[in-house]
Amino acid sequence: MLCREAVAQALEAFGPDARFVCANGYISREVALCADRPEHFYMLGSMGLAASIGLGAALAQPEQTIVVLDGDGNVLMGLGALAVIGARAPRRLYHLCLDNGVYASTGNQPSVAPQVSLEGIALAAGYARALRADDAVSLSAALRELAAGPGPAFLRVLIEPEAHPREFPRIAPTPEALRDRFRATLLA
Amino acid sequence: MADPGPTQPGSPPSGPVLAAPAFVAALRARGFDFCAGVPCSLIKGVLAHLTDLDAQGVLPYVPAAREDSALGIAAGAYLGGKLPVVLMQSSGLALSLNALVSLHQLYGLEVLLLITWRGYQGRDAPEHVVLGPLLPQVLDTFGIPHRTLLPAAEGGTPAGVCAELDWARETLSATRKPCALLVRQGAL
Repeated sequence: MLCREAVAQALEAFGPDARFVCANGYISREVALCADRPEHFYMLGSMGLAASIGLGAALAQPEQTIVVLDGDGNVLMGLGALAVIGARAPRRLYHLCLDNGVYASTGNQPSVAPQVSLEGIALAAGYARALRADDAVSLSAALRELAAGPGPAFLRVLIEPEAHPREFPRIAPTPEALRDRFRATLLA
Repeated sequence: MADPGPTQPGSPPSGPVLAAPAFVAALRARGFDFCAGVPCSLIKGVLAHLTDLDAQGVLPYVPAAREDSALGIAAGAYLGGKLPVVLMQSSGLALSLNALVSLHQLYGLEVLLLITWRGYQGRDAPEHVVLGPLLPQVLDTFGIPHRTLLPAAEGGTPAGVCAELDWARETLSATRKPCALLVRQGAL
């Protein structure tokens, strides 16, 4: 499964009411290319903090559904945040890890994710549920199961590293515009 | 990075300039309504009070795994309508610089940094003596406005603490970027 297929399925499964925190690099650009909406917050820098940002948003607005579209490199960098998510247990926080086993944005250098049970770590950290999807069909079922139950819930999605990533357009809105429009949707 | 405070044998014990409940009340009176951080012994009274208020559901205090994660949580909370405070010791600032520049300063996200000034004038545990004297310079280099809360012996007063909190609130509103209050031993 390609990253773009997983992104499209995830956006569809959680629907227009969910708010998405998107990890920096290709994940944010894939999401923006698939659908650019005010409900998407694109991280440009601050690698490793996607889950932390999602947690803060979920604690501030507990009635909103917050979906973190994370990557394996980001999750590995911010592993401590998983424990805090487990401890604070926001019930409408969903954490997806699009795991291609590489740092795609910098040229597909390998991460250690293939040797690690990221879903096992999430469960041990106190997430209510942790699932894994290996292909498009199992992703469809896993997303239905995920969205139907409470958070915090983790879904590891195995995707293929892409040898020659497409030319992505850069994220168009300014950082301040991304802030203002996302904040407005969280406060709506 | 939570470690014991500086040991200064023979220095007379002195109470804080502002007791923890009064200090936290002063924060809340200025609109701060969300806290996250990593502890320091210099503000253990404040942290104990914040922990109590969090348990009572009065004011969230999220004990983060790392200081940059605390900043990520604060960023998400700010996007969710909160006005956050992040508490850390000076070593935590060094850990947090990328989050501050590529998240808070880039997007324009308000956060008050309450940084205990370990290694002031190079006197402290060995791990603090290199960064301590450089702390104001680091903040200046990164464009983070800062003021210092002094102990009573050096002229710190309750009114002075409140004046610095007023400054912090006004600076955040005016700049929509982080600002810092450095906390000297004995101030809080």
